[in-house]
Amino acid sequence: MSVLIYTENFDGKFKKSTFETVSYGAEIARQMGTTAIALSMGNVADDDLKTLGNYGASKVLHFNDARFANLDNSAFATAIAQAVEKEGANVVIMSGSNIAKAVAPRVSVKLKAGLVFAVSGLPKKLSPFTVPKKVFHGKAFADVVFNSAIKILSIAQNSFGVKEHLQNAAIEAFDAKVDDSAFKTKVTSVEKSTGKIILTDAEVIVSGGRGMKSPENWKPLEELAGILGAATACSRPVSDEGWRPHSEHVGQTGKIIAPNLYIACGISGAIQHLAGVSSSKVIVAINSDKEAPIFSAADYGIIGDAQKILPELITAFRKFKSEN
Amino acid sequence: MKILVCISNVPDTTTKIKLNGEKTAIDLAGVQWIINPWDELALTRALELKEASAGKITKISVISVGSQGAEPTIRKALAIGADDAIRINTEPKDAYFAAFQVAEAVKTEAYDIILCGIESSDYNGSAFGGMLAEFMDLPSVSSVSSFELTGDVVKVNREIPGGYEVVEPQLPFVAVVQKGIAKEPRIPSMRGIMMARQKPLKVVEAIMADALTGFVAFEPPQPKAACKMVDPANVAELVDLLHKEAKII
Ligand SMILES: Cc1cc2nc3c(=O)[nH]c(=O)nc-3n(C[C@H](O)[C@H](O)[C@H](O)COP(=O)(O)OP(=O)(O)OC[C@H]3O[C@@H](n4cnc5c(N)ncnc54)[C@H](O)[C@@H]3O)c2cc1C
Ligand SMILES: Nc1ncnc2c1ncn2[C@@H]1O[C@H](COP(=O)(O)O)[C@@H](O)[C@H]1O
Repeated sequence: MSVLIYTENFDGKFKKSTFETVSYGAEIARQMGTTAIALSMGNVADDDLKTLGNYGASKVLHFNDARFANLDNSAFATAIAQAVEKEGANVVIMSGSNIAKAVAPRVSVKLKAGLVFAVSGLPKKLSPFTVPKKVFHGKAFADVVFNSAIKILSIAQNSFGVKEHLQNAAIEAFDAKVDDSAFKTKVTSVEKSTGKIILTDAEVIVSGGRGMKSPENWKPLEELAGILGAATACSRPVSDEGWRPHSEHVGQTGKIIAPNLYIACGISGAIQHLAGVSSSKVIVAINSDKEAPIFSAADYGIIGDAQKILPELITAFRKFKSEN
Repeated sequence: MKILVCISNVPDTTTKIKLNGEKTAIDLAGVQWIINPWDELALTRALELKEASAGKITKISVISVGSQGAEPTIRKALAIGADDAIRINTEPKDAYFAAFQVAEAVKTEAYDIILCGIESSDYNGSAFGGMLAEFMDLPSVSSVSSFELTGDVVKVNREIPGGYEVVEPQLPFVAVVQKGIAKEPRIPSMRGIMMARQKPLKVVEAIMADALTGFVAFEPPQPKAACKMVDPANVAELVDLLHKEAKII
């Protein structure tokens, strides 16, 4: 019996979401009276692997194989399933990322292990193993019961948080047996912007909707984002119009985000928009219409013209930053 | 070449969620059912590829695991332009169960490309496509945001943090698609709706299979406290509230 946590790295580095996944897995392991083992694949330095111990992993399996530099769903799933079997893990924890979506379902079938995505908190019961999960993009929550020996949980981002729990993690080399013939997809090129804050990692997000009126009006919004160290986002019509890149579109059909602070400027708060942003800890809405539905989802609101309010907010936040 | 699009039948995205009295299920009375938005886009892209293929793509099929109630949604897919449809006659108990049904039903059909959505908008499972690929022992690419076919070569964009990768899979394969795969979902034309009535919709019975997970209870989200309004003449107050009250800056 053990809990195995699949830890993603991004060009060899771990992110907050990785530490959250480990924190969550370690807490379940404690409840079950067993150990939390992290699995890392790819080229990660020992010093970085060691940091997984800070969040409760007592062992780190390291599978360093050059063929795993690019994601191949089938090959990754094969390696993860072998680690689960080697450790006799009965609970497997993953993040809610695109990689988990690509790989976890395949691991599930390999091990005949039940799989639940968008897990929103710790198990409610260990027997029968029951977890809470978001459904309808957070419009409701459900309790899901597993009836498989091995259980795979993918946790919703920011639903548990990063919790320190110091362990001295032993690093152990792990060698999965994966044939070259298992790799049936080839990455031929990569397009990646560097230096930009990535939407799904951002702690603060400043977002604009059709109420911003034109793409030129994004200047103050970007300036505010700069002051707050925030990423920028937008509603769907804004990306459809080409005012902003598609990668910024949040909502049910765009990105699902869960920052600490979401500032919505000129966004009406349609149900499909809220589906992507309602997991934010605090929502601030700036809208000229006091009846806009965004105000029923927001924690703080300002009724007014975004073009007038934004420059004033910039001044106020700038002052705050210089004093704190 | 033949393309299969897997379709899940889901409540309209504007549905207000109500629970039944025992809170063991969502109350589905009066719900409008739609094709899961990703599947509608996947079907749209499949049709575009077929039209551009000069006869190379011979057939686009749709398949759905669902009871009789799912038929209007399947007919809509035919009206949009799919050539034929299969319905596996059972409630989809979980993704493992549903993907197994589809894998068994199509294993002798030799589809070259199978398209699934990245998640169903109802239970947000994100599991079906990858499971289907594993049951069928096919390669899969997930988070696919564009799909090009040149001769026999498929190139897809896969979203990664901060950008995308171009991936070339061996065929046959399963693509799990998301935003970007097609611009706007295609709307059925009058002619499409008429023709859909004549198109083949085959109903096959389900086979024995396990479900590994089950929903036992539901609850509404925690009610949110009323929004605190800040005077537009004094926006500095917002900064103060975020710092002292919400403690997030
Ligand atoms: C299947 C489906 C999926 C969808 N998915 C998404 C999704 O993922 N994400 C998404 O965002 N939408 C999505 N939509 C669209 C969604 O329903 C709304 O149409 C959209 O969110 C509205 O965008 P908006 O708030 O920017 O624009 P609008 O609804 O036009 O709202 C503009 C707002 O700005 C305010 N405003 C106007 N002028 C000013 C000013 N000067 N200062 C301040 N405020 C001002 C107005 O009062 C209004 O509230 C989806 C729709 C469907 C059917
Ligand atoms: N009952 C079903 N019948 C056919 N395809 C389905 C079914 N359920 C899910 N899918 C496919 O799987 C995708 C989403 O997976 P999931 O979120 O796991 O339900 C959908 O977009 C469909 O392509």
